[in-house]
Amino acid sequence: MREISLVGGQNAAGAKMNFTITDQKISDISSKVPGPGANVLDISGSIVIPGLVDLHTHLREPGKEDAETVASGARAAVAGGFTAISAMPNTDPVADNAGVVEQVFSLGKAAGLCDVFPIGAVTQGQAGKQLAEILAMHESAAKVRMFSDDGHCVFDPLVMRRALEYVKMFNGVIAQHAQDPRLTIDAQMNEGEISAKLGLKGWPAVAEEAIIARDILLTDHVQSRLHVCHVTTAGGVELIRWAKARGINVTAEVTPHHLLLTDELAQSYDPVYKVNPPLRTARDVEALREGLADGTIDIVATDHAPHPTESKECEWSAASFGMLGLETALSIVVQTMISSKLMSWSDLIDRFSIAPAKIAGYPDQGNALEVGNPANITVFNPNKSWTVNKDLAMSKSRNTPFHGMELPGVVTDVFYKGKQVLRDTKIVSGS
Amino acid sequence: MTNVMNEGDITRALRRIAHEIIERNRGSENLVVLGIPTRGAFLSARVAELISQIEGKSIRRGTLDITMFRDDLRMRAPKPLLPTEIPPGGIENTDVILVDDVFFSGRTIRAALDALGELGRPNSVQLAVLVDRGHRELPIRADFVGKNIPTSREEIVKVHLAEIDGLDEVLIEGNA
Amino acid sequence: MKRHLLSINDLTYDDAVLILDTAAELAKISDAPVKKLPTLRGRTVVNLFFEDSTRTRISFEAAAKRLSADVINFSAKGSSLSKGESLKDTALTLQAMGADAVIIRHNASGAPARLADQQWMTGSVINAGDGTHEHPTQALLDAFTIRKHLRPENKDLTGVKVSIVGDVLHSRVARSNVLLLGKLGAEITLVAPPTLLPVGVEKWPVKIAFGLDAVIADSDVVMMLRIQRERMAELFFPSEREYSRQFGLNSDRLRKIKPTALVMHPGPMNRGLEISADSADSLQSVIVEQVTNGVSVRMAVLYLLLGGAPLAAGANVESNEKVGM
Repeated sequence: MREISLVGGQNAAGAKMNFTITDQKISDISSKVPGPGANVLDISGSIVIPGLVDLHTHLREPGKEDAETVASGARAAVAGGFTAISAMPNTDPVADNAGVVEQVFSLGKAAGLCDVFPIGAVTQGQAGKQLAEILAMHESAAKVRMFSDDGHCVFDPLVMRRALEYVKMFNGVIAQHAQDPRLTIDAQMNEGEISAKLGLKGWPAVAEEAIIARDILLTDHVQSRLHVCHVTTAGGVELIRWAKARGINVTAEVTPHHLLLTDELAQSYDPVYKVNPPLRTARDVEALREGLADGTIDIVATDHAPHPTESKECEWSAASFGMLGLETALSIVVQTMISSKLMSWSDLIDRFSIAPAKIAGYPDQGNALEVGNPANITVFNPNKSWTVNKDLAMSKSRNTPFHGMELPGVVTDVFYKGKQVLRDTKIVSGS
Repeated sequence: MTNVMNEGDITRALRRIAHEIIERNRGSENLVVLGIPTRGAFLSARVAELISQIEGKSIRRGTLDITMFRDDLRMRAPKPLLPTEIPPGGIENTDVILVDDVFFSGRTIRAALDALGELGRPNSVQLAVLVDRGHRELPIRADFVGKNIPTSREEIVKVHLAEIDGLDEVLIEGNA
Repeated sequence: MKRHLLSINDLTYDDAVLILDTAAELAKISDAPVKKLPTLRGRTVVNLFFEDSTRTRISFEAAAKRLSADVINFSAKGSSLSKGESLKDTALTLQAMGADAVIIRHNASGAPARLADQQWMTGSVINAGDGTHEHPTQALLDAFTIRKHLRPENKDLTGVKVSIVGDVLHSRVARSNVLLLGKLGAEITLVAPPTLLPVGVEKWPVKIAFGLDAVIADSDVVMMLRIQRERMAELFFPSEREYSRQFGLNSDRLRKIKPTALVMHPGPMNRGLEISADSADSLQSVIVEQVTNGVSVRMAVLYLLLGGAPLAAGANVESNEKVGM
């Protein structure tokens, strides 16, 4: 029997609680002080929350292991306080069949640091033409419930309709990367005053909004479930709000970087700020924060996108799209949403853990901290701050836009299924 | 601050220099008078005018900026260029009279000689200066001198001319 | 002046006027029998052209050589280096060669900024055209040409009415000119179909016209931009005929121009598309002179960036007091 007590911390509501974990479950929550000889972890001043759940992670394995592997991505996830991540299928080969999703799933199990749930592709090769073997992926060991062509938009409305209908068989969900390809040919950054000044091709907001609008109506028509990946536009938030008011089954996510950064940063031409969908305007950032606060946007998802140095060290138009996100996500959300008093800690737990697990169907994740629930727990010290140093990242890659920034709060300890995988900010070896 | 030349002194010196130039060159047939901006240019205009009056005919004149030929360029930020105006006909086969206000290390004149070299091949180059303060760092001498004023290195010689400073005078500052 | 010239925004009003004044002095060299100055002797200038441009490269080469600099030409087009990698590796090679200045032309907006920013090299970076972003020395030579003809006694271009006509959206020349001519006091009108105007152009300090006829009689300068035929396939305009009819400088419009107005074009021209042959060869055309002026302007830029001690950020050009000479 393995037992440990976390002593001196508080829960999200601010009440002082001690938590005891026995084997894989939470066995006690009270103000009881453990007896002598007990295995105790002093977490004075820290907040204890359910382990974070990410529905949008790029782990690059198989195919681009120089940027990241399932194991290194899992380490980055744990350092960021995540006990579950979801591997997007735009690997090489694409995860559009049972074989690849099972491979990713077992790599995650071998790493043993957090749950790694593969997301399956919607179409074969993510080419947008033929449906992938969605049922096979669902019935594989990986039990896929969420499908996405992320990186690409499912552009053909007929294909999107069929996909939405098909996953009704098992209450699955299609996660759309909303980007009209005809309006974003060779697009580099948000279309606006900055792109006009810099001479970089623009990615207009309407290219996202138009697809969201279409997909919401399709979802209503076929009575299925839609999840909108990485919403970045004020117009997108409004459309989702409208859809929810009419009872349409749509959920949405926002990334931490879209809650903080704007397209002004592109003026340095540093491709660390190049991302798809792009950083937008201050007005969009404000709408996204409001949307996350009022629940129009259901969850935070990192869109963690590692890239090797050479694909970010070049001129903008030759650089890859994407930013790291796992290790900085919680601090960024604390800074933009908690410190600004837009959300409470219990809202944060909902957006970062409970709601994501519910949307993707992960029954052992995103559980409230209650006796008997699985012990997927993150300990966060809000009283410390830290300075982001890209060279010290757990990820294999270095493309974080937050290098040099001082961020509030440090994830100190993480328990995955009752086993401590992060101790005092360090990965526990032998995991 | 000591005044070593007043308006009258300057005028008389320039008139004498004009006469000396004519005498040395046995007339003004091939003369081109070039001043080194800023104050050398004003002085050269006056000298050319004086020669014109004496000889009763117009004398070719102009300016020669030496900024690009300085030997101390790498030691400070680049300086703005001053005007170079070479009269039509150039300096080929002429007797060039370079005019400058203060003759000190000789480096300005060395630069001027290089600048002239890029423009053509004069018959001769002669140097007229208003003030020679000594302390040559190169083997260059003046042909016509307004006034010899021995100075120490630390002293500063200031030439003021009506065209730009509102009055004519030569001052020495910082007596050793 | 700053150490690099990447954008017109790197120049203050005084910097811009200084460049024009310096170029005016240097232009006289072109008339002298020996066209050389020793000023940049011992300096190495590298032409780093990732995009074909014989005209601009030769102009910079002539400018550098007239100042006695050593010139190395590096054409990365067609080399075995793949896209993206080449910039860093090339920069490190140039640094190893001791380049004092790198003149870079690249088809990616922001490539010169990356070169200057990353500190792969210690020399000055001069933007000779990056994607659709800027082409500062082109704007400087355009401003020089305009000032020489229309405001010879003045420092700047206050009140000069300039019409920039054509594919503004994709034109780095247009962007640099809007910034520079505006800084120098000119009144600018952009003439283009809405599809070829950048997003947010209503906020730029310019007027807009959707046809050349609207501005032809009133302009002091008609600056024609090259329109690429490929833009038709990208749906920016329906046909060459329609484009030419509305925006082309043809013989009819040439007759309506002020006799004192200037016809300009950064080159290369599509004779018959955006500009008729007789317009290009007209009395008002200064297109050939623009090329000559380009050498003087580039000499001025090279002198001011390289002619003195290495410039620290924010160093200023001193006034020309002769101290101790």
